[in-house]
Amino acid sequence: MTITFDRLELLQGEFSLTADLQIEEGHKIALLGPSGGGKSTLLAAIAGFKPPQSGRILWRGEDITNTHPAQRPVTLLFQDHNLFPHLSAAQNIGLGLRPDLKLSRTEHDTVARALARVGLEGHGPKRPAEMSGGQQQRVAIARALLRDKPILMLDEPFAALGPALKQEMLDLVAEIVDAAKATLLMVTHQPEDAIHISDQTLLIANGKAHAPQETTALLANPPEVLRNYLGQ
Amino acid sequence: MVNRAQQIISARQGHPSRPSLFKTLTGSAALLVVLLLTLGTVVAVGTHATVGRGFTPADWAAIRFTVTQALLSATISVAIAIPTARALARRRFRGRQVMVALLGAPFILPAIVAVLGIVSIWGRSGLISDGLTAFGLSPLNIYGFSGVVLAHVFFNLPLATRMILQGWMAVPAEHFRLAAELGFTSKDVNRQLERPMLRAAVPGAFLLVFLLCLTSFAVALSLGGGPRATTIELAIYQALRFDFDLSKAALLSMLQFALCTATAGATLALAKPTAFSIGLDHPPARWDGTELSTRLMDTTLLLTVALFLFAPLVSVILRGLPPLFALPPQIWPSLLNSLLIAIPAALLATALALALAALITELARRTRAAALLEAIGFLALAASPFVIGTGLFILLNPVVDPFRLALPITIAVNATMSLPFALRILLPALQRAEDHYGRLGASLDMTGLTLFRIAIWPRIKRAAGFAAGLSAALSMGDLGVIALFAPPDFATLPLTMYRLMAAYQMEAAAGAALLLVGTSLALFWLFDRGGRLDHNIR
Repeated sequence: MTITFDRLELLQGEFSLTADLQIEEGHKIALLGPSGGGKSTLLAAIAGFKPPQSGRILWRGEDITNTHPAQRPVTLLFQDHNLFPHLSAAQNIGLGLRPDLKLSRTEHDTVARALARVGLEGHGPKRPAEMSGGQQQRVAIARALLRDKPILMLDEPFAALGPALKQEMLDLVAEIVDAAKATLLMVTHQPEDAIHISDQTLLIANGKAHAPQETTALLANPPEVLRNYLGQ
Repeated sequence: MVNRAQQIISARQGHPSRPSLFKTLTGSAALLVVLLLTLGTVVAVGTHATVGRGFTPADWAAIRFTVTQALLSATISVAIAIPTARALARRRFRGRQVMVALLGAPFILPAIVAVLGIVSIWGRSGLISDGLTAFGLSPLNIYGFSGVVLAHVFFNLPLATRMILQGWMAVPAEHFRLAAELGFTSKDVNRQLERPMLRAAVPGAFLLVFLLCLTSFAVALSLGGGPRATTIELAIYQALRFDFDLSKAALLSMLQFALCTATAGATLALAKPTAFSIGLDHPPARWDGTELSTRLMDTTLLLTVALFLFAPLVSVILRGLPPLFALPPQIWPSLLNSLLIAIPAALLATALALALAALITELARRTRAAALLEAIGFLALAASPFVIGTGLFILLNPVVDPFRLALPITIAVNATMSLPFALRILLPALQRAEDHYGRLGASLDMTGLTLFRIAIWPRIKRAAGFAAGLSAALSMGDLGVIALFAPPDFATLPLTMYRLMAAYQMEAAAGAALLLVGTSLALFWLFDRGGRLDHNIR
């Protein structure tokens, strides 16, 4: 039960990233490394938004390198543009059930429960512009909850939030991932975030993604590239 | 709402300096010129309109014809433009850039040249009629209603496509990415993303096309005419030129002004920015529309549209090349006259637009008067060249023989007609430059002309060159007010070409057409190029 990168090579302008490793399901994994190192590109490749230069991505042994984004086992949350600004919070969540938004009564109830689950009871009719940044990301999390994909990926969706709010959101995500027995992949710049939420860390530096290691062990005894990045 | 919010924001950010005297003076002078030419001429016309006599049945027929053809032309243009823009937005193919660029060509193509091209394809002895007669069918007749609508669709389909394509490009790439992740089909993309965008973009495009068809003259003159296919513009022209009936021309002018102002007002009100935030410049990656049926539909549509638009253009080039080297001698003085009109008109239009834009930007920090000023700048879109021409005729007639002033009058009218487009190009560029660098410049104690020269002009030069190029091409190809004022021994290139066509000298007309297109494009290129010289700013 793994995600496998089989000699994967990703190109971004002049820069390339190689990944040849396996990720065990059920872990919460932080992607740590300098910015521009290819953390986001790797997530985009898993989600199907970035076709690789070469190599394969396998999910539970099945090649998903050329699978349509919607057919992949992932939900990917970004820092912004997770919601359509002209649709209400409830509609944005409902898209996770039916893209044509022709929801049945039960499905409407499911949306309402998801809203309540992320602490936004009664906020359904609001448009994203009428909500705070944290609330908007809660809506996106609620939709991820309904889509119930085995992998949840975070490309710094909470980077613009204050420290306390960020902790709160990460805890909410961790709770949801645990309940769903899902796998979490999250991009971060902060080692303390990695420690707080992840059990494994995938170091991405110098054009290479390193195999995941125990977060505490890795940060207790960081290799040189990580030491340079952390400024130790 | 969005506009108002932006105004409030910029009002708060504005540095508390006095309004610049220079900008106020030049801006007011420009405003005065525009008002005099648009509203002033209308007032002059109004004093001569005798309402008592009312409209004759022929006038009513002209009114009905004008509105009907404009409605139909706008409907057809927009109906085809929507799927065409959608195909251009979601397909990537070799030549996509070229096609998008060429969609801009009919807009600066002289109307009379386009008519010649359309006739050579759709006319009685055109390509299609030849094919029909070969199968024993009767040839097409494009004179009258259908020809006018056909020519208007030819002109406005590309314009509408580009306007609607802009709406598509304004949908952030991230929205299509999210749609792909959520498994949207083409239908879902249409329902959740495209329809809200179209609701915002289509009314503005429709009304602009409607307005341009209301005031179009050259098409009606060459393909219309007669009691059953006369537009209001054409009726004004005939009243002045052939019946010498100033009162009738005045009455029709008032009607034309009312009709166009109402349409322009509605256009301005509806052509709002959409609720979408602007994403990236390049066409976003798409994961929808991969079904075979939609791919087939898009391909067929793009090929058909390309054929419809480019066949007349190619025909103009092919038929114009041989006679280009044996043009009748009257061509050359008329070419000179056209240049003498187009270049000053382009400079005047750009100067007026720049002065107005500077005043609008200045005012936007303080009052809502900026919105009103902007509306006045676009008022010229509602002004018909013949209403302005008639007004100037009335104003000048007691003092000087208006026919002797054909050149300056044509320059003034052409500059006014290009002003709305020049303003629409320059205003956003100037606002961006002021927003980004105005405060930085002010903090470095740059003021007035120094600030403009060092901080602002380099950043708007490109837009100014583009605006001047567009105005030059539009003025070069205009067969409007000159037809009204030209003495028999005076002509511009489009007028000479029209006279050749009217005398059935089609060979010579084709050569003149190619010369006209060449000169228009060369002028456009020179001005546009001038704006890009040592342009190292992004």
